[in-house]
Amino acid sequence: MEFLLSEEQLEIQDTVKRFLDKHCPSTALHSYFDDPAQLPEAIWQGLVEMGVPALIVPEAFGGMGMTLLDLAIIAEVLGQAAAPNPLLGHTLATQALIYAGSPAQQEKWLPKLASGECLASFATAESGNWLAPSLSCVNGNITGQKQHVPHAEHAQLIVVALAGGRYALIEQGATGLEISAENVADRTRPLASLNLNDCPAELLDGDCGNAAEPILNTALVLLAADSFGGAAQCVDMAVDYAKTREQFGQPIGKFQALKHQLANMAVDVEPMRGLYWHAAYAFDQEPETASRQAALAKAHLSDRFLHVARETVQAHGGIGYTWECDAQIFIKRALFNYTFMGNAGLHRKRAADLADW
Amino acid sequence: MDLKYNASYEAFRQQVVAFLGEHWPAPDSAGDSRAEKEAWFRRQAIAAGYLYRGVPREFGGSEQEPDILKATIIRDEFSKRRAPMEAPGIGNMMLVPTLLECGTQEQKERFIPKTLTGEYHWAQGYSEPNAGSDLASLRTRAELVEGENGPEWSINGQKIWSTLAQFAQYMFVLARTEPEAGKHAGISYLLIDLKNPGITIRPIKQVTGGKEFCEVFFDDARTPADWIVGERGEGWKVSKATLAHERSSIGGAQTAVGLFEKLVELAKGVEYQGVTAIDHPQIRERLVTLEGYVQSHLYSSYRQLSMAAAKQNAGRIGLMNKLINTNIGHMVADIAKDLINDAALLMPPAKGRAEGDEKWLNQFFGSLGVAIAGGTSNIQRNIIAERGFGLPRDDAE
Ligand SMILES: Cc1cc2nc3c(=O)[nH]c(=O)nc-3n(C[C@H](O)[C@H](O)[C@H](O)COP(=O)(O)OP(=O)(O)OC[C@H]3O[C@@H](n4cnc5c(N)ncnc54)[C@H](O)[C@@H]3O)c2cc1C
Repeated sequence: MEFLLSEEQLEIQDTVKRFLDKHCPSTALHSYFDDPAQLPEAIWQGLVEMGVPALIVPEAFGGMGMTLLDLAIIAEVLGQAAAPNPLLGHTLATQALIYAGSPAQQEKWLPKLASGECLASFATAESGNWLAPSLSCVNGNITGQKQHVPHAEHAQLIVVALAGGRYALIEQGATGLEISAENVADRTRPLASLNLNDCPAELLDGDCGNAAEPILNTALVLLAADSFGGAAQCVDMAVDYAKTREQFGQPIGKFQALKHQLANMAVDVEPMRGLYWHAAYAFDQEPETASRQAALAKAHLSDRFLHVARETVQAHGGIGYTWECDAQIFIKRALFNYTFMGNAGLHRKRAADLADW
Repeated sequence: MDLKYNASYEAFRQQVVAFLGEHWPAPDSAGDSRAEKEAWFRRQAIAAGYLYRGVPREFGGSEQEPDILKATIIRDEFSKRRAPMEAPGIGNMMLVPTLLECGTQEQKERFIPKTLTGEYHWAQGYSEPNAGSDLASLRTRAELVEGENGPEWSINGQKIWSTLAQFAQYMFVLARTEPEAGKHAGISYLLIDLKNPGITIRPIKQVTGGKEFCEVFFDDARTPADWIVGERGEGWKVSKATLAHERSSIGGAQTAVGLFEKLVELAKGVEYQGVTAIDHPQIRERLVTLEGYVQSHLYSSYRQLSMAAAKQNAGRIGLMNKLINTNIGHMVADIAKDLINDAALLMPPAKGRAEGDEKWLNQFFGSLGVAIAGGTSNIQRNIIAERGFGLPRDDAE
């Protein structure tokens, strides 16, 4: 037994990291941030070429049949770079097809999602309600609103979560589909609202007995992993700045108050890696604990990421409060991770309910 | 990554259960006192490969491959049966790893095996009234003099806060042997038998009312010349040797998990604002918030142990484990004091067990001691920042 990543996992993590170092350095990150209407084409194409969207798709449908852990460690690296990317919505749509699609629907869509030929997204939130969608598909049409749909304008396919644990597919350009961009804080993962007016939709009609749970857990694990990467990067940024910035004739990192602030940040962050690894591992190997571990991990990691991102702004002084500083991007990523799919209060409550307490 | 309790682990669990069935409680033939019975039991458990899995057989350990799941099974089954685990105390925590790293063959053979079984109790003689966090400023001296049986160290000075020194047979002491050398370079690491003449031990009453730590006075106390660990003037390095090779023990994290489980049990048995505490949304949220830290610590320790087994360096996380443990202790105390409600007005007895929920005050106070002993939390933060991040040291240090 062991609790470590394999050589292959470290290798793919490293490959994605090197790609992002090249294609998503701070300058590129800021230009994406300032133009959120654009799909981060180069990053997405790179991820597609490295096979990232294919990772968790079964081999029968042109994927690699790998585990959620394999994908989560990529989410960590994306979080570390604060990389603008549409992977979250795409992955949730992919999971919806895997868990709720009929063989014919899987045959039709999964190869395209795996190859990146088709970009997909996932719509669930309805005015603050993340977990119990109310819309339904009547005679092949949906009417109603959805909020906070990632990269909706660029997705060719949107999976819409419906009442009763059902899902439906809407294709880009469908009649009665109105997409309006939200004025989001985190512009690396822009969101849009959908107004559906008798919009033609195709119900996923596989056996979707428990699809809602794995889809939710996938989201929670990926957000937890992303939070670890982002939080670790915040610590590194704040430490690096403390080594170079001088005041009172010395590096500010020599002042004990700042040292202790940085040490406290690291003490929050470093052990969390194990928590998200384990949540991913539970998804893959221990289905009976998967939901609780995913809820716990998302609540804890996103909560600590947000805290550490705030501290990072503080540790940078005035520069930390500017639009130019990377810290502002991380704090907004942290807000997204904290809130998307339900905030820490909600998932802590779920974790408590899922315990035998 | 593989944490599956497959058939071989289930078989291992059965072995452990069967072993415990045969050996604990210990038979009358094992000895009269509880201490004798525990030492007997530990010898059997070592022979079976369940305790001291990281210590070589040569020195009384069981020398097993590191294995997180086996370690967890052992902890679970031993604690279900209330069987003695590895002997608690500073001897096994600090002296054994230090001797394994820096001791002579003779020192290892002489001291390690009986420390493992709990027969030898050790006290740590580091802190002095004027040398706490700034330990290297210590002033207790040791000089080599001619004794009846050859050269010996003569020790003069005072130590303080020495835990359980009143019950210990031996002490490991940091003393200044090279007064001309610099602050750190003048210190040596000596072992001494506390029964020797010239040693006075005075227990000090603690916050808890118990007397767990002591002042220890040395007045020309003697110890043999070869009871020095490492060379003269290397004592500072020797005392840090085990930190450099941070034992990736998962003990601390497992203890945190156990404490958390007890806290949940407590919440199931008490009322909070008119309902059973475990049903109160606030308590549920606070418990899960704490559990996020506890589980992070647990899986982080799994990772560290796996890395150690794979001969990889886990990096700066090794410097953080003490502070992480300490923080969890503070959070537990914070929730416990609300759960026990009025019992927080009562003092648990200094000796023996409290009947009521005020027994949680032992944890409440004890967590404060944890934050001080072995380097205060502020000192841990300094270490993380300076050694972990490479930030410039304070001029005072
Ligand atoms: C329960 C318990 C058991 C103990 N057992 C033993 C034992 O068995 N053997 C032994 O030798 N010692 C033992 N100690 C002593 C312990 O190691 C010291 O108390 C500890 O190192 C702190 O030293 P001090 O008490 O002199 O406090 P001080 O060093 O005077 O510290 C007082 C306060 O100042 C802060 N401070 C000091 N220096 C700095 C700095 N550089 N930066 C920031 N803050 C600083 C500290 O964090 C603390 O909050 C024990 C202590 C306790 C509480």
